[in-house]
Amino acid sequence: MPLDNQKHATISRRTLLHTGAGFLGSAVLPWFSLEASAADEKAAIGTWPAGSEGQTVYIGAAVPLTGAYAAQGADELKGWQLAVEHINNGHDLMKALAPKVDKGLLGKKVELLSADSAAKPNQGVELEQNFINQNKIILMTGSTSSAVAVALNKFAQREKILYVAGISGSNDTTGKDCVRYGFRQNFYGQTAANAIGPILVKTYGKGKKAAFMTPDYTYGHTVTKSVNDYLTSQGGWEMVTDQVSPLGTQDFSQYLTNIANSGAEFIVNVNWGRDAVLSIQQAKQFGLTPGMKMVVPYQIPFLAKEVGPELTAGVFAATDFWWTLQDKYPLAKQFVDAFQQKFGYRPEWGAENAYISFAHWARMVSTAGSFYPPDVIKQYEKGETIPSLVGDVHYRPEDHQCVRPVVLVQGKDPKDMKSDDDYWNVVEVVDGAPLMQKPDEFGCNLGSYT
Amino acid sequence: MINWANFISQCFNGLVLGALLALISSGLTIIYGTLGVLNLAHGAMFMLGGYAGWLAYTYTDSFLAAVVAGSLFVMIVGVVIERLIIRHFYARPQEDQLLVTFGLGIVFVETVRFFFGSLSRTVPPPASLVGITHLGFMVYPTYRLALLGIVAVALLLLYFVLYRTRIGMIVRAGIEDSAMVDSLGIDVYKIFMLVFGIGAMAAGFAGIVNAPVVSIAPDVGEAILVQTFVVVVIGGVGSFPGAIIGGLIAGEIISITSMFNPGYSYIMLFVAMTLVLVLRPHGLLGTAARE
Repeated sequence: MPLDNQKHATISRRTLLHTGAGFLGSAVLPWFSLEASAADEKAAIGTWPAGSEGQTVYIGAAVPLTGAYAAQGADELKGWQLAVEHINNGHDLMKALAPKVDKGLLGKKVELLSADSAAKPNQGVELEQNFINQNKIILMTGSTSSAVAVALNKFAQREKILYVAGISGSNDTTGKDCVRYGFRQNFYGQTAANAIGPILVKTYGKGKKAAFMTPDYTYGHTVTKSVNDYLTSQGGWEMVTDQVSPLGTQDFSQYLTNIANSGAEFIVNVNWGRDAVLSIQQAKQFGLTPGMKMVVPYQIPFLAKEVGPELTAGVFAATDFWWTLQDKYPLAKQFVDAFQQKFGYRPEWGAENAYISFAHWARMVSTAGSFYPPDVIKQYEKGETIPSLVGDVHYRPEDHQCVRPVVLVQGKDPKDMKSDDDYWNVVEVVDGAPLMQKPDEFGCNLGSYT
Repeated sequence: MINWANFISQCFNGLVLGALLALISSGLTIIYGTLGVLNLAHGAMFMLGGYAGWLAYTYTDSFLAAVVAGSLFVMIVGVVIERLIIRHFYARPQEDQLLVTFGLGIVFVETVRFFFGSLSRTVPPPASLVGITHLGFMVYPTYRLALLGIVAVALLLLYFVLYRTRIGMIVRAGIEDSAMVDSLGIDVYKIFMLVFGIGAMAAGFAGIVNAPVVSIAPDVGEAILVQTFVVVVIGGVGSFPGAIIGGLIAGEIISITSMFNPGYSYIMLFVAMTLVLVLRPHGLLGTAARE
């Protein structure tokens, strides 16, 4: 009995302990599970989660289809369209760039909405606001004017909706106007200047006189400053005049007359889009070129096609992409082929930037496994090495700028062109990292996640 | 670059720019003066002239054919839209007239963009006008020099039609008092149609002769329209001589200011317009009767 009693007593004690633990557990566990559930349940932010609850997620593009940047805007729109198509059909190229994309993104179809921004910041913001109200877009894109990019950056941060820039060359986009919710893939003023500067000094020598032509907004001023800083500090060049013109100028005669009287040997033409086309054509009309050498630090899609290869022959330019890079990069070839098949011409760099910036976004979303904006941002900020159409790249966590190569090209003489769009010769693909300023040098302060 | 050589060069630039503005503005001001319609499609007509001329050039390789085609096509467009649309707006409020012409402008621009895209198109000048001319104090593009002459001849022709022909007399009478012209038994609607056609032709002609200078694109008329309105306001709404004076003043203001600071060129232009509006509300050569 004592044994039985002891046994009974032991069992009873164990049972008691189990029962006690069970009670305690049942009393405490709900607390723990409630806490865990609260941590998983993130507070709504921007258009999340409403924007990704349906079968389709929407992207809003504010793209210039009229005005001085219309031709370039139409080109980059095609790049975004192709990227969305490839995301939705799981194209091999998209799978190579974003392996977890599988006929859609996280099981959702992606749809692109677009409208004309006319390269005007207020119009761009208004369009995106409409897209938010009507379609709860989860991503914004657009620009082809850094003024629009900067405006959309600030809008993205305010609305807590991700923004990937279209063409934007200003240092400010990922410099003093950077935001947590904004990312830029393409090259910009500082990297253009540091890429093209050495070849100018090496080719033409030191101590030259240069006239600058600058469009009067953030892109123009920052690119001119970066290029001039390099040429004066490293080459001893002198800026003899800076002709600042409003975006959309048609007649450059006044500016060119000033340059004609300035004693310049070089015209560093920072104008962009149609402004660049007209200023280059008119510089020729005024007899300034080829006596003065033309330099285009920030290349313009379709420039050679519009002004004619006679005027771009020998001109040095920095760019994001040129289609003959397909000979060096297999992914570039896939892109050029797919684009040409769909749209009937070889893509310019605006389309390339558009395509790859969407592919990178799709990669970040699919890798993070979430549309929740802070999760996607943090995925970008891991700074992982990822593929692009011109080799491996990564995004800097400090300013959200993609560290990517800059492509140096020189205009071909018409007699050297092998096809009717063989306008540029790729001189060098310059590694991006050494071209960039320190992340905090331009005053970037990203702001908060929520 | 403030020196005499540059000053003279800029004055010359101003003259060329001013002449072109005068030509476009004259079409706008004649239409407004006679019909009372502020034609916001005038810039689009300038663009249409460029494209019609460019098309003709691509098929004929003849600059003359381009000029004729550009001018005639836009005149026909002007006559057609006057008959089909504008005519129904004469008695309606000015806001309606602004809206309908603004809408027409958008239709023209986007139709051209639909068919030809946004890339710039170039019409080369005639072979004899290619290159630069040494003027002693400066070198200047030969075609721009010729443009000065071309525009001067066109303005003289317009002057002749307006001031030395019976039709011109009726048009001028229409500018002063169209109701009186009507009561004298003259079919004022025919005159209106003719005036709209001539005004449109002036814009189309300017569009094609300007094409070798600033290659054409669908939006080419937008910027020029704003400058044209400034010219008309400075010169006096409805005044043909006012359009010429206003054009030349505007051209010189833009050019000379750019010598000091290009960024202020257009600001100075608007300052000048404001001054004129304050000191002479009807413009330099305008009269209250035309309001």
